[in-house]
Amino acid sequence: MSESAVTSCPFSGTREYPIKRSNPLDPAPELAEMRAAEPFAKVRLWTGQDAWLVTRYDDVRKLLTDPRVSADNTLPNFPGATPGMLAVRTKYPSFITMDVPEHTQFRRMLTGEFAVKKIEALKPRIQQVVDERIDAILAKGPPSDIVRDLTLALPITMICDLLGVPYEDQDFFHAKADLITDSRTPPDVSSKAIQELCDVYIAGLIERKNLSPTDDLLSRLVVNQLRPGHLTPIQLIGIARLLLIAGHDTSAHTMSLGILALLENPEQKQALIDDPTLINSTVEEILRYVDVTHNGRRRIATADIEIGGHVIRKGEGIIAHNAAANRDADAFPDADKFRIQRDARHHIAFGYGIHQCLGQPLARAELQILIGTLFRRIPSLALAAPISSLEFKETSFVYGVERIPVTWES
Amino acid sequence: MRVLIEQARCCGAGQCVLAAPDIFDQREEDGIVILLQENPPEESRADVLQAIKVCPALAIRLED
Ligand code: SF4
Repeated sequence: MSESAVTSCPFSGTREYPIKRSNPLDPAPELAEMRAAEPFAKVRLWTGQDAWLVTRYDDVRKLLTDPRVSADNTLPNFPGATPGMLAVRTKYPSFITMDVPEHTQFRRMLTGEFAVKKIEALKPRIQQVVDERIDAILAKGPPSDIVRDLTLALPITMICDLLGVPYEDQDFFHAKADLITDSRTPPDVSSKAIQELCDVYIAGLIERKNLSPTDDLLSRLVVNQLRPGHLTPIQLIGIARLLLIAGHDTSAHTMSLGILALLENPEQKQALIDDPTLINSTVEEILRYVDVTHNGRRRIATADIEIGGHVIRKGEGIIAHNAAANRDADAFPDADKFRIQRDARHHIAFGYGIHQCLGQPLARAELQILIGTLFRRIPSLALAAPISSLEFKETSFVYGVERIPVTWES
Repeated sequence: MRVLIEQARCCGAGQCVLAAPDIFDQREEDGIVILLQENPPEESRADVLQAIKVCPALAIRLED
């Protein structure tokens, strides 16, 4: 394509993907341009392959529920997100990369564990962890790093409780998770991290559970699924890895970015403090506004699909962009504004279709309790450094912020 | 108003229970949707519609 063709039409060239943000709490502005002018855009990935980038809410929901759209990352030309994610997924396949009917069979081994009522019963424990953490923050006095001291600590504690993983191991598995999800990690380093996490650490945990099962999810999977042969050891490692990583990183960063969104919108923060019953709609708005899965859901077409005047051909990669869809004004009026009073429940931060996040009742409970309690107990919470000085996880599969220094009136 | 569910499609995400707890529940063993009221009263219509809108597996329908 000639230079002039590129400049005359800003959308005609194949652009590099992912696209960097300009503001830490907003998706890249180019995504809004594409949503308006080119809702099906061809983009070039780090692997050199092309994929369709889909940015409108309705199109994203249609594709994520279309049986001709596959999540099977072993298919040729699958648009993998990072070298680490691709390596981990092919070595330890889990139900998030399976299609119906295998997906149904594996997912149902877990759905009962995350049912709304099961999570309801965990709320007192979540509240206790949050209270203890905030007690410690207040006792130490300002400043504090709210990520390390609170938003990471809660989901890590909960996932350790749930899976029966020793809490002392958190630094180890959190560091490995960071390496696997970061696109800058060289393939040999992520392979090593995966090996240490899966073949050594998780395999060891499972062996111990097999010798003496305790009252936790991993033990139940060992007893009910591994022993009778419904799961192979590799499959169980895949599931445990997914729960351990997806179960803490995403919730932690959603809470961190949600706190930032409230601090950056003081009138919204005040509205929540004045009316704590807004906490549920606040959490849905945070989920809509700060999508941590910022580089989109990865899929591939298994047949030609006609959609929106385009044809996605069999074998072409698809990136269904949740974050862009969640800012689509056709689905959310004034979509770029952070408004905790709006009804945002139909957001797709947890994805859409059969792969929609299994742990969402837990994530919601954690978000509601942590954010609600934090602003109730420390209403004067404020950033201790400008937002522009914070370090965001732009290159990670899971977007987030490394640290949030905060202060308050003590 | 008649609510129809397709358990085979359900992926146990629990969105329906959050939207309309009087009408939907999840099976204890596997988290799959169960219908508490097949013919809910008219005042539940908005909640049912919300559940249909947020169900990711398109497992809920409404017949008038
Ligand atoms: S929202 Fe849909 S997929 Fe989720 S539990 Fe209810 S019926 Fe099943």
